[in-house]
Amino acid sequence: MKAGIVVFPGTNRERDMAQAFRVVSGKTPQMLWHQQDNVDGFDLIVLPGGFSFGDYLRSGAMAAHSPIMKAVRRFAEKGGYVLGVCNGFQILTEAQMLPGALLRNAGMRFLSQDCHLKVEGRDSIFTSGWTHGDVFRAPMAHGDGNYTAAPEVLDRLEGEGRVAFRYCTAEGHMKDSDEHVNMNGSARSIAGVLSENRRVCGLMPHPENLTEEILSGTDGLPLFTGIMEALG
Amino acid sequence: MKVRVFVSLKEGVLDPQGKAVEHALHSLGFEGASDVRISRVVDLHVKAENAEAARKKGEEMARALLANEVIEDFYVEVIV
Repeated sequence: MKAGIVVFPGTNRERDMAQAFRVVSGKTPQMLWHQQDNVDGFDLIVLPGGFSFGDYLRSGAMAAHSPIMKAVRRFAEKGGYVLGVCNGFQILTEAQMLPGALLRNAGMRFLSQDCHLKVEGRDSIFTSGWTHGDVFRAPMAHGDGNYTAAPEVLDRLEGEGRVAFRYCTAEGHMKDSDEHVNMNGSARSIAGVLSENRRVCGLMPHPENLTEEILSGTDGLPLFTGIMEALG
Repeated sequence: MKVRVFVSLKEGVLDPQGKAVEHALHSLGFEGASDVRISRVVDLHVKAENAEAARKKGEEMARALLANEVIEDFYVEVIV
């Protein structure tokens, strides 16, 4: 598998992401600068976390219109795999490659803590490392993670099994209106979604930061083993 | 020509910032304040033949970048 990680001015989790891929594949993904205008030859493009362009205007808004995102869009339209984490998820929604938008956290506070996620997505390489319904721990670190979309869009995402991950308790219970469980106030506790062809995935929390025992756990590893098994 | 783009959250979209400001207003004694919403104003200059062309340019820019139509509405004013 040849993976590329896009770096915008203000991106800061690209090395964490590269390390997670190194752990499962032994190979280091290539870093791609945002001014590059093609991503040919890659199997997977990753948009990592950070604060691209200082989060000015709206989180991810400026990055969504950078030269490399035109190339990433073409790549995705041809069936390429794209993963966006945190700011990467925000960029994918701003680029309208994923539905919905990420608003300011409902409690207004930047949230830097662990959360629990339930695996709900079906038929996707981004969830195949887990069993449907599994619960895992993941760190989160964001100010704008409050997922929103029109009710009919949410219905459609749910109906098509395109809600990849939801916030839940350690025991796997969802509580939409409980700020200790659905901490950022996301609609229907949605933490991650899939595109129509299931090859583009965005999520707010950071599985890449729990991929080695030295990081206090390997709860996030199945994201990467699932991708590896699918793409070789 | 000077163009002013107003960007506001669509009705029904939660505005946590507005909520926080509303609470602050209440604690300052403005108990009557409600439905506080925070919007954004972008002022810019464009080269255009006339006011109508300037407004169109502003709308194009709003659609392309200044507003996210998934969650926001906008309107454009030309300031002569």
